[in-house]
Order: sequence, then structure tokens, then C-alpha cells
Amino acid sequence: MNSKLFGLLSALLIGVILTGCGSGEDRAARKNIQINGSDTEVNLVQSLAETYMDKNPNVRIAVTGGGSGTGIAAIINGQTDIANSSRSMRESELEQARQRGIEPFPIIFATDGLAIITHESNPVESLTIEQISKIYRGEITNWKDLDGPDMTITLYGRQSNSGTYIYFREHIVKADYSARMRNMNGTAQIVEAIRSDRSGIGYVGIGYIADSEGNVISMINVVDVAADDKSPAVSPLDPENVMSSAYPISRPLYQYTNGMPEGDMLEFLRWELSEEGQKVVAQSGYYPVNEDYMQQNRELGIIE
Amino acid sequence: MKLRHLTDTFFRYLFLVAGVSAIGILFSIFIMLAINGLQTFADVSIAQFILSAQWNPSAFGEPSYGILALVASTFMVTVGAMIIAVPLGIGTAAYISEIAPSYIRETLKPVVEILAGIPSVVVGFFGIVFLGPLIADMFNLTSGLNALNGSILLAVMALPTIVSVSEDALRSVPKEFKEASYALGVNRWLTLIKITLPAASSGIVAAVMLGVGRAIGETMTVLMATGNALQMPGSFFDSVRTMTANIAIELGEVPFGTTHYYGLFAVGLVLFLMSLAVNITSEHFTKKYRWTRK
Repeated sequence: MNSKLFGLLSALLIGVILTGCGSGEDRAARKNIQINGSDTEVNLVQSLAETYMDKNPNVRIAVTGGGSGTGIAAIINGQTDIANSSRSMRESELEQARQRGIEPFPIIFATDGLAIITHESNPVESLTIEQISKIYRGEITNWKDLDGPDMTITLYGRQSNSGTYIYFREHIVKADYSARMRNMNGTAQIVEAIRSDRSGIGYVGIGYIADSEGNVISMINVVDVAADDKSPAVSPLDPENVMSSAYPISRPLYQYTNGMPEGDMLEFLRWELSEEGQKVVAQSGYYPVNEDYMQQNRELGIIE
Repeated sequence: MKLRHLTDTFFRYLFLVAGVSAIGILFSIFIMLAINGLQTFADVSIAQFILSAQWNPSAFGEPSYGILALVASTFMVTVGAMIIAVPLGIGTAAYISEIAPSYIRETLKPVVEILAGIPSVVVGFFGIVFLGPLIADMFNLTSGLNALNGSILLAVMALPTIVSVSEDALRSVPKEFKEASYALGVNRWLTLIKITLPAASSGIVAAVMLGVGRAIGETMTVLMATGNALQMPGSFFDSVRTMTANIAIELGEVPFGTTHYYGLFAVGLVLFLMSLAVNITSEHFTKKYRWTRK
């Protein structure tokens, strides 16, 4: 080969390699945070991450869903930085994590009023926890038993990798779900199904059905829920009811890290709990962390 | 000369390696499924696994591992799909190969084959937003997420395979057969029904079996469109959960090395054996069809 041509080509090649290296270093300077898990939280955390990245352009935060179970499995396997979870981790899961040298660290960053939804044509306005439990166990199967129309109830729920599925089963149903329950892939699918099903009932994170002003999306009726026969039925659309736990299906939303977070991750988590972060939470349709849980965060040392 | 020999040998071994590795991969998958799947039976009796219709490994109370309802669901959705796709597919194939003028044939066949390229998640989405509400309306149901929805979608997905392979089979029926029939004064319809279709029958059976294989293994579409309830299906209007959908739903969160984890592999093993049986049947008929062609 002509030696001049060879020299030219090598110079070009070296140039390409060097430019490549340069941009590689740039990329390394950017901090990546991987967040994975709860479908209830995915849109909320996405909004938080986007707002945060606008202010801190050198931090990159990638948020994916898949369900709380998926997020928890990922943190146990060391495959994610932060696991979103709409339920607390089980003792067996904590045990598994510790066996692999992972020390799950919980942060409570928002509050959810888990909403019970029906089709807008359904006249049933309120239910007690016991009635909801019986509906999902398959013991009440017709709306006429609840002063509604004579119509078989169609149950919609999530799949077993969902934190909401587990939370709702442990705290409300307190038994196995009826085998007739349709297991939907995500919260949005439950909402979509209820919108077209006159006989349907479903449970969804409040952020999926309401905007920051508490306006509910069309075709959906949000049922008022009473703790028992004697308590008044209250709506999850009023922030007061949820934050004071007067609404009986109020629950904290979690993020788990491996050990006490540091550096950029800590900055981000602190920002989530700041006034500004909590405002984004409210804009996404969820509710801010109440004083008790804020205190818990303080005791764990995540904020002062 | 020497170089040519070298290239020859090189490529002979390259293709040998390619061929052997395909078989090797298939065997490794089978062995992996078997090793993991069979560990289920340390905790669950085989009889319970096969005969119980209760699948609930992450139960509130006692976990249960019975695949009968899952197998029944898979079977039901697949049979439903074939009831729709087989007549439609063979009809389309017969039209394309025997009746359609050449310019329609040239466009219709590629169009049918493009159907095969639609991603299954798109078909599933179509099932949720369009077909589901339509079925609910037509049959006066409250929800259209049921076995019928899954069957129709799977029929659409299996059609390209059935049409394409049946059409090849019909077209390879020797011209002399038809000419002999016409010479006896038989019309085109009777020639198609009595001569061409029977002569191509083994190829058509192979096409149907390939379609069945496509339908049994499909995951995303049925996961989205059938509602995934764990009950034993009673009718096509019931929500069902197929074996594939069940694996896809649960594998993401299952803790490694638990009975639940092995149980999912056992479901996969059963599914593998089912589709292997279907493929062997189809291969058997394809061989016959090769023989007819001679």
C-alpha cells in the first residue's frame, strides 16, 4: 500500500478514536441513576425526575415500571439504584437482600389514597371495607346486594408482581382473591377496562384518575369508602381525608436504596422531600408525605 | 487450487458448526427446562400439578400449583383460533392459487404475509381498545376481555402462516391432475374440492399445525386481551389465563430458587413438549407432501 495513503488513513483512524474517547469521558462525567419498580409510582417518579433533571442537567435519571415486585427483585439482585415500591418490603425479602449483602433503606416520598373505581353509570356511591373485601373474595357477586342494579360484578385487579395487588390483599381482602378476578397488566389498563364496563370494579393509585385539582377523568366513578358500618364514608379525592388517614385505604409510597444513599442519589431523594418536590407530587395527583412519615424519614437520617 | 480447497473445507466446517449449534441450543434449552422444572416435584406431587385447576403460588394462605386451568385455557384459545383461521386460511389460499387472476395474486399474497410482521403487542392493544368493546357490545357482555377475544386475535396472527404454506401446497399439485379433471368435463369448483385440495391435503395439514404452533406459543397478545383470570374456563366468554401469559406475568417477580420459580419452568416444560408434539406432527405431514410433489 502507498505509504502516504497509509499515513493519512492512520491519522484519520487515530482522530476518530480520540474523538470517541473524548465524548466517552463526557458521558462518564454525567451521573446516571437507575430507578425501577412500581407501576403506581412510575409516572409520578418520572415527573419528579424530569423536573429535577431540568435543574441539574448533569444528572441522568432513568425511570422504568414493571411493578413493585419487579423493582424489589431488581434491588435484591443489585440491578437498580432505587426500587419504587407501593408496599413495604416483606421480612423474607429483606432476609434475601441481606444474604446478598444488600441493606434495603426505605424512604417514604408520597402518599396514595388507593381509589376504588366503578363505571360512572353505577349508582353505588359508597362501600365499607368489609363489603369491598367480600366483593374481591367472590362472596358478593351481584351489585343488587349492594343496592345497585341486578348485574354480576366484574372484578379487575393487578397481577401478583404488583405492590398494589399485594397491599390490597394483605390490608383489605385479607384472603385470596376470587379466581374470577381479571389480572390486568398495569393500572392504566384497569382504568381503561372500567371506563367501558358497566359492571366493573377496580382499585387504582389516585394519581391515575385525578389531576392536581381533584378532577376525575371521564366515565369513572370514585367510590367513597368507610372503615366500618359506624364510620362515615369518605372520598380519596380530598387531600385532607387521605393525609389524615380518615380515608381507610391510605398508604405510603416507598423508594428503596441499597444502604444510606450518598452523593447525587441523596441529593435527588432530599429534593423529592423538599417543598418543591412535594409540589410535583401534588401536581401528579398524589398527596404529600404526612408529618408522621416525614418524621420517620428524619429519624432515618435522610433529611434534617 | 490449494486456496480453493481451504475455502471449501472452511465453509464446510462453518456450516457444520452452525447446524450443530442450532441443535445444541435446542437441547440445552430442553435440558435447562427439565432440570429446573423437575425440581418442582420435590414439593408438589405430579398428580396435583397435572390434575388440580388451582394455580396460586403467591397465595394469601396455602400456595397451590395446579396447571389444569392454564392448560385448558391455552387449549381453548388455540382451538378457537383454529376454528376461525383454518377455513379462512384455506379459503384464501385456494382463492390465491386457483381462482385469482395473476395481478390480484401478486398483491394479495405479499399483503397477507405482511400481516405476520405486525408486532404482537400491537395486536394485543387492538384487542383491548377495539375488539374487546366490540365483543362486549355484540354479545351483550359487560367486558370483552375473554377467550373469544384472544382466539380472534390469534386467528389473525396464525393466518399468514396457514395461507402461505397452504398456498404453496396447492400450487405444487401437478398441473396434469387438474388437466385430467378438466378433460373429463369437471368444472373448476369440483376440481378444486375433489382433486386439488385432497392432493395438497398433507401440505395443508402441515400448514394448520404450523398455525397451531404459532397460536400456542403466542404470549403478549393473549396476555393483553384475555383478562388473565385464574379460573377454570367455562365458556368462550370467560376470562382465561394461558400458560404463556402465566409465565410472563409471574417470572418477573419470582424469587430465584423457590418452588414457584421451578414451577414456572415446569409450566414451560409442558408448553415445550406440547409445541414439540405439534411441530413433529407438522414435520411428519410436510414429508408426505414433499413426496406428493415428485
